[in-house]
Amino acid sequence: MVKVVLWGSLRAAAGGTEAVEVEAGNIRSLFNKLETEYPGLEPHIKRGIAVSINGRIFRDSWDERIPENAEVYLLPRIAGG
Amino acid sequence: MAYDTNFTGQKFKVVGTRPLRPDGLDKVTGRARYGADVSAPGQLVGRVLRSPHAHAKIVKIDTSKAEKLPGVKAVITSADLPDLTNGDAGMYDILVNCMARGKALYDGHAVAAVAAVDAATARKALKLINVEYKILPHVTDVDEAVKPGAPVLHSKMFTDGVEPKPTKASNVAKRTEFGHGDVEKGFKEADVIVERSFKTEQTHQGYIEPHACLANLGSDGQGEMWVCTQGHFVYRNTCATLLGLDAAKLRVTASEIGGGFGGKTHVWAEPLALALSRKANRPVKLVMTRDEVFKASGPTSSTSIDVKIGATKDGRITAATATLRYQGGPFLGMWAELGAMTSYACYDLKNVKTVGYEVVVNRPKVAAYRAPSAPMAAFAVESVVDELAHKIGMDAVAFRIKNAAKEGTKSSYGPTYGPIGIGPTLEAAKNHPHMKAPLKKNQGRGMACGFWFNFGGQTSTSLNVTPDGSVNVSVGTIDVGGSRASMALIAAEELGVPYENVRCVVADTSSLGHNDMSDGSRVTFSSGMNTVIAARNAKKVLIQRAAKMWDIPEEAVTWEDGHAKPAGANAGNFPPLSLKEIAAAAGNTGGPIAGHNEFVADGAGVSFATHICDVELDPETGATKIIRYTVIQDAGKAIHPSYVEGQYQGGAAQGIGWALNEEYVYGKDGRLQNAGYLDYRIPVCSDLPMIDTVILEIPNPNHPYGVRGVGETSIVPPLAAIANAVSNAAGVRMTHIPMSPPRILKALDDQAKTKAKAA
Repeated sequence: MVKVVLWGSLRAAAGGTEAVEVEAGNIRSLFNKLETEYPGLEPHIKRGIAVSINGRIFRDSWDERIPENAEVYLLPRIAGG
Repeated sequence: MAYDTNFTGQKFKVVGTRPLRPDGLDKVTGRARYGADVSAPGQLVGRVLRSPHAHAKIVKIDTSKAEKLPGVKAVITSADLPDLTNGDAGMYDILVNCMARGKALYDGHAVAAVAAVDAATARKALKLINVEYKILPHVTDVDEAVKPGAPVLHSKMFTDGVEPKPTKASNVAKRTEFGHGDVEKGFKEADVIVERSFKTEQTHQGYIEPHACLANLGSDGQGEMWVCTQGHFVYRNTCATLLGLDAAKLRVTASEIGGGFGGKTHVWAEPLALALSRKANRPVKLVMTRDEVFKASGPTSSTSIDVKIGATKDGRITAATATLRYQGGPFLGMWAELGAMTSYACYDLKNVKTVGYEVVVNRPKVAAYRAPSAPMAAFAVESVVDELAHKIGMDAVAFRIKNAAKEGTKSSYGPTYGPIGIGPTLEAAKNHPHMKAPLKKNQGRGMACGFWFNFGGQTSTSLNVTPDGSVNVSVGTIDVGGSRASMALIAAEELGVPYENVRCVVADTSSLGHNDMSDGSRVTFSSGMNTVIAARNAKKVLIQRAAKMWDIPEEAVTWEDGHAKPAGANAGNFPPLSLKEIAAAAGNTGGPIAGHNEFVADGAGVSFATHICDVELDPETGATKIIRYTVIQDAGKAIHPSYVEGQYQGGAAQGIGWALNEEYVYGKDGRLQNAGYLDYRIPVCSDLPMIDTVILEIPNPNHPYGVRGVGETSIVPPLAAIANAVSNAAGVRMTHIPMSPPRILKALDDQAKTKAKAA
């Protein structure tokens, strides 16, 4: 199981919880599980979410493996100038 | 294709040198071609009619007179741009922004456009378009927009991120929150608490080249566009979506770019030029005037920020909060969210909470501006950090060092940091001669830290070895800061050939796979990594060809100093083959020699900077002069140090303008009063000292050369560093950016009145 911490405005979409636990080996399976178990998150995932795994932020690499006991945060997909 | 992107500590021969820039001659001789420099036979002139009202219902548009004017070949309104966005809310906002649909949402919002045989006819045609408006109440100030009773821009905007979701529409599009710990408990542990509110005014990126394009779109759905942009692939995709085209059939070529800084990551009039061209069946050139650039492209947010920080007497921060209100123009943005994420990213905090509110107002659609949203948040936070250090009698640098984030710190936006560079930039500041230089009367010194994320993204690169042994690198990322030189250096390093033998070009959208934009400080990181991989792939081919020429197994060939050499006991004794010799033989060893790579570059690594600034204040006029400025920033590895220094200096220069002068001024009628460089004053050379730079190189473990992005972080600390310097010189805390002479005089005047009252 992976513990996934949600940032503020995502919490409302996941029933008000700060963190959720899902079974996922990589970012793609993480998003698939989150969409199934928390349908409120689906539009946010479609719009784009970044995932921080052990402090390293991934915006697009959905094949990235999530190690056991990794620190996982969902973050807004950052814009740049 | 398998590749290793980890930092290996490779020793460099070419990378890190400072060769001449490849675009230098073109730019100094005027040969470089910018957005407006390309023409096509039979081209028309495109012009846009814009709303003179800040907020108005469009009752009716009559274009019949304009259409009958001789020389007018096409007139378009929103009716010519049907909604093809398929429920994509962000794309729909772009469509609405390109051409108003039912309502004009700001002064300068496009309502119609024409294409005519010349500029005079086009201007005349605009005057013949009759738009009937019903003027609506407007709001342009971020604080006014959130007050009860403010004019509401969108009747269906209910604040997102709040539970339960409001049932009453408002101008607050979204609430967001970050942080950890218990701030109330933390404030109880504090010996000193400083709480202040700050405002920053809206600024424009201030690029010298206005938006310009030449669009040519046929009735068969095939077209071409030559355009000034930070991302021609993204422009292609967006325009194709808005106009119902196949992306592959729209070929976009990027011009040289006369500055972008985030403002050219977004389409503004380009879809209109394509729609006009399609309707007229002729090429259309559309060049924005400076007035249009100010009114109808994307400046940064104006903001209102409340900050509260508590610390113990020995200088440890116990709790910190910030409430950030950022306006995004009339559309939902993520600007307050970015401000909330970056506010306290420099610090190691047990208790922190930031709340952001995305606010809509009757101003242009906000776009990214270099480390978007971070400079305003840093201004507010770093001002309070400085004041807190003074209050507890601690040196401002020592206070920051004591509280700085480090490897293992839980960041204020969530994740735990890996190796980061804030500590080393602060130590370098502490030991820099600038910090010890004496100050004269009316002079003040300030310093501040800044943070930005950086990112990578989708990137496609192609490297081709020509028959004479020179090398072409084709990238899809626009060169906004010297990346063509950096890519050539990297290719030369990998292949072992001179820098002068490599030419890097920005290829058009039909020549490479999709590339994300040149934003997020990503180009040298991502295209650089891709060039390393493409060159290594080409090197494999070169080795295969040498093996064929020697008729030995390729495993028995190695690459060294630009030559294939036999390696191992049974390889034979052949003289080394140069890249040039292998290239010359390529036609008979298997054909062209090339290396390619397409990938997503993630793991850019966060970036930190510390700036030191000295100012001199004229108490009679309120004018401020920057007399010394030092930028200290971690680059991971500087591929071409001169360009890195240029990025540091450019960010500081823009920050200086933002801090002291630049400001969108709106009248009571909601119209922009200063849409031009005479009244919107960006710094010129005579306003600036030579900006000193210190490049730190703490390798990014996620890049083969250790590169971190450097383009954006340098604009984050200046507002705060200058505010701290001005506050120290004036003896009064400045809380409103820009610190223009009238605001400084008022602050001095208010302080004198307070002192007189106390006496």
